[in-house]
Amino acid sequence: MKIHLTRRYSFSASHRLHSAHLSEEENQRVYGKCNNPYGHGHNYVVEVAVSGPTDPATGMIANLGDLDAFVGREVIEPFDHKYLNEEVAEFRERVPTTENLCIEIFHRLRAFPAAKLERVRLEETGLNSFEYLGENNGSLQ
Amino acid sequence: MVYLTRKIEFSASHLYHNPAFSAEENRRVFGKCNNPHGHGHNYVLEVTVAGEPDPATGMVLDLKELKEILQREVSDRMDHRFLNYEVPELAGQIPTCENIAAVIWRLLETKITRGRLYRVRLYETPDLFVDCYGEGNGAGNGTGKTAGARR
Repeated sequence: MKIHLTRRYSFSASHRLHSAHLSEEENQRVYGKCNNPYGHGHNYVVEVAVSGPTDPATGMIANLGDLDAFVGREVIEPFDHKYLNEEVAEFRERVPTTENLCIEIFHRLRAFPAAKLERVRLEETGLNSFEYLGENNGSLQ
Repeated sequence: MVYLTRKIEFSASHLYHNPAFSAEENRRVFGKCNNPHGHGHNYVLEVTVAGEPDPATGMVLDLKELKEILQREVSDRMDHRFLNYEVPELAGQIPTCENIAAVIWRLLETKITRGRLYRVRLYETPDLFVDCYGEGNGAGNGTGKTAGARR
């Protein structure tokens, strides 16, 4: 049996989808209203799944307090109530689509010392979400 | 392959306390989950069974049968119970979401004979859940030993 522990967090941030590789017209055509010049925001929900042996002394894969503190420091604090394009260094050059944001969150969280990061699922709105399992994992299990 | 999921809810109380720890250590590791009289949750359990629909019935398994199995194995055992004291399968374990989900997996695994138990997902709150997968389901790295959940 393999066990994954998943915790949900939320943060609110703004972004603008605009690619330096595209012309103004192309940006407008590709990104539509997400290309509006001053950006717009979302209430993001992020699900973080970790796995590992359940410690017999605690019954836990990872102490939720440790996981909350790590996710808070690596993701929530740097992203919450920020303009992602300007205030997160990784998105100065890269378009902050939710795909790229999901990958960035995975990269920030994979150093969690107490358990193995399995999956990051990111909801941009209640109607769309993205999942990333790392470079070498293709299956959603 | 079709994946069929049935959901049930049960309400139960628990507390986290390891008798091998000092009072201070219990408090530090488990926080308010160590409060001596326990506390409760509305657990939500999603059980997913994988299989091919029977050509004669169009069903992977009869949902009524699955409902009865969940009632007997999970609700009758755990609903409105204090998990530490009233569920023998959890005796000697800390009744974390991980351990409860593992107990439910083991209770259901042999009872589901049509299709194959694919996943047990147990929500302790809407923001915290645990998934159990069997060996050979391609879940993660495939080294999935029970690894301490069983004692």
